[in-house]
Amino acid sequence: MTKSISISTGSDPGQSARVRTEFPSVSGSFSGARTGLFSARAYGAILTVAAVLALLPALNLILPEAHALYVPDYTVSLLGKFLCFALAALALDLVWGYAGILSLGHGLFFALGGYAHGMYLMRASTPTPQALPEFMVFLSWKEIPWFWSFTEYAPYAWLLALVAPGLLAFVFGYFAFRSRITGVYFSIITQALTFAAMLLFFRNETGFGGNNGFTGFKTILGFDITSAQTRAGLYWVSLMALLGCLLLARAITQSKLGRVLTAIRDAESRMRFLGYEPLGFKLFVWTVSAMMCGLAGALYVTQVGIINPSEMSPENSIEMVVWVATGGRGTLVGPIIGAGTVNALKTWFTSAFPEYWLYALGLLFVLVTVLLPQGIVGLARKLLQRKQERLA
Amino acid sequence: MRTDLPVETGEYALGSGDTPGYGRMAPAEVDLSHGVILYLEDVTVEFDGFRALNRLSLDIGVGELRCIIGPNGAGKTTMMDVITGKTRPGAGRVYFGQNYDLTGMSEASIAHAGIGRKFQRPTVFEHHTVFENLELALKTDKSVWPTLFARLTGSERERIEKTVELLRLQPQMHQLAGLLSHGQKQWLEIGMLLMQEPRLLLLDEPVAGMTDAETERTAELFLALKGQHSLMVVEHDMDFVGAIAGDGKVTVLCEGSVLAEGSMQAVQNDPKVIEVYLGR
Repeated sequence: MTKSISISTGSDPGQSARVRTEFPSVSGSFSGARTGLFSARAYGAILTVAAVLALLPALNLILPEAHALYVPDYTVSLLGKFLCFALAALALDLVWGYAGILSLGHGLFFALGGYAHGMYLMRASTPTPQALPEFMVFLSWKEIPWFWSFTEYAPYAWLLALVAPGLLAFVFGYFAFRSRITGVYFSIITQALTFAAMLLFFRNETGFGGNNGFTGFKTILGFDITSAQTRAGLYWVSLMALLGCLLLARAITQSKLGRVLTAIRDAESRMRFLGYEPLGFKLFVWTVSAMMCGLAGALYVTQVGIINPSEMSPENSIEMVVWVATGGRGTLVGPIIGAGTVNALKTWFTSAFPEYWLYALGLLFVLVTVLLPQGIVGLARKLLQRKQERLA
Repeated sequence: MRTDLPVETGEYALGSGDTPGYGRMAPAEVDLSHGVILYLEDVTVEFDGFRALNRLSLDIGVGELRCIIGPNGAGKTTMMDVITGKTRPGAGRVYFGQNYDLTGMSEASIAHAGIGRKFQRPTVFEHHTVFENLELALKTDKSVWPTLFARLTGSERERIEKTVELLRLQPQMHQLAGLLSHGQKQWLEIGMLLMQEPRLLLLDEPVAGMTDAETERTAELFLALKGQHSLMVVEHDMDFVGAIAGDGKVTVLCEGSVLAEGSMQAVQNDPKVIEVYLGR
């Protein structure tokens, strides 16, 4: 546990001498000469990867199954899921990597976004918009509860998928940050929060389908939700959302506000002395992160076709932290890579040795913490640097 | 394992937890019409019966560089604490210019009114570059939205670059501050204070732990600041005080009040001073 704590804190002054040169800093290079969000090379790499990813569902739709380049349905839906995980990891990195706020409860925001959009999907799957969703009929409810109002309209549900997690994060964050709860204490509270929410959602009376949650979605905006075309569309929307959020996150971290956040991460009281009130800054990035996570959850639920309270279980949130740590905290791109890598590993592992996955996950976390404190991106940077030094 | 070290909070915590960000307040300009920036009159501070300051009276002129010396326990740090609002005096008056009564103000509002204090231990943002450290300190609107959309104006950039030049840190301008030497960090911290445009700078043992060359360079820096800023330097290092005092006044504190005041030479030859401090 001590090891996981040591990577969880924003900056460990005792270690700073050792890590200072290799810390993934937004401010590593020239603030004076900064122009675009990314360097031309980074843009090229990101767009190439995005283009390849965008091509896959097209290959699935156009090519016959026998073709060598045919992409199976399974791969498309799996990658669509990974894109949502990557978006959640990006959101978590924004707060953990840049503001030093380790959340062990981001699964809650993810699930809230999923539930919000799931409400629309449930309503869209009934014969008429005013008909009761199946689970309410099963509970012999007579009418739709007030908090389900307007959920038959998709745009409202989309808004809700952003606002519900955002609002919860804002209120929770306001009290936590105002009380100057930081570090491990904050992490534990977020963990407790998601656990409490899970218990709440397990109850049938809460009005979200109890432990079965929502499932049996049939249509979205009039399209058949299970058709290959709709799946491809959802995949592309997820990819666009991920790209858009990556740019947004980069814009935030490259702004002066981003530098203020990293300074708060490193020496919060010193920032107060300079005239910055950390509360507002932390609250801003915390809320933005929660909303991104809600968006990821909404897209995820639409693609997997089910949401239930187990999405709020603490393990899910901890897994998100592992994605970020594996990819490289404080790098934005790293967590996206990390989410892909860990989930690919998980997919393989859970089919090959299903009972050992949790051990493997734990081992992975320990190995990454000990051997790759800066994650995959940190390793890549180090190798690149070594290569350049050899050439020089 | 919390991110905020107790040592740090001890030094920097600004009063009670709920002080608002002083970046948003707009205080009145300090009135310097009498040519005096700081008055202390009969200031007394007692800790459990021990008189740390005993009817201390002192005033500092606009643009003056004042050195304060004195043996351990003379009350130098307590005096700084009183000026910055960290300690409330039991009796006496403390005025900043003609119009600010510091005894009734919070630490944050005192800092915002224009008194900057440099602590002994330098705290710079190690993962930010020298330029970015100064940018963060720059006097500007420090609330969330303006910060998100902040762009450096040409004159702001120029001010930062001028300060870098003054600190002689041009070669390190885009290096991480964590890579600077101890002395360079001290200068950077002084630079960060300057970016906040204080009217009065309080410097607590600025050359502690510096090499001789760095000490010499710091003396030059202070002499360059003299005139544009009012400075109050508390220091043990006599050679350093001799180098920066010039013809200016040196104040010797002893047992919580002023023992002697005058030019460095006059003070050094004062028999009272020799007895308690210099001639040990």
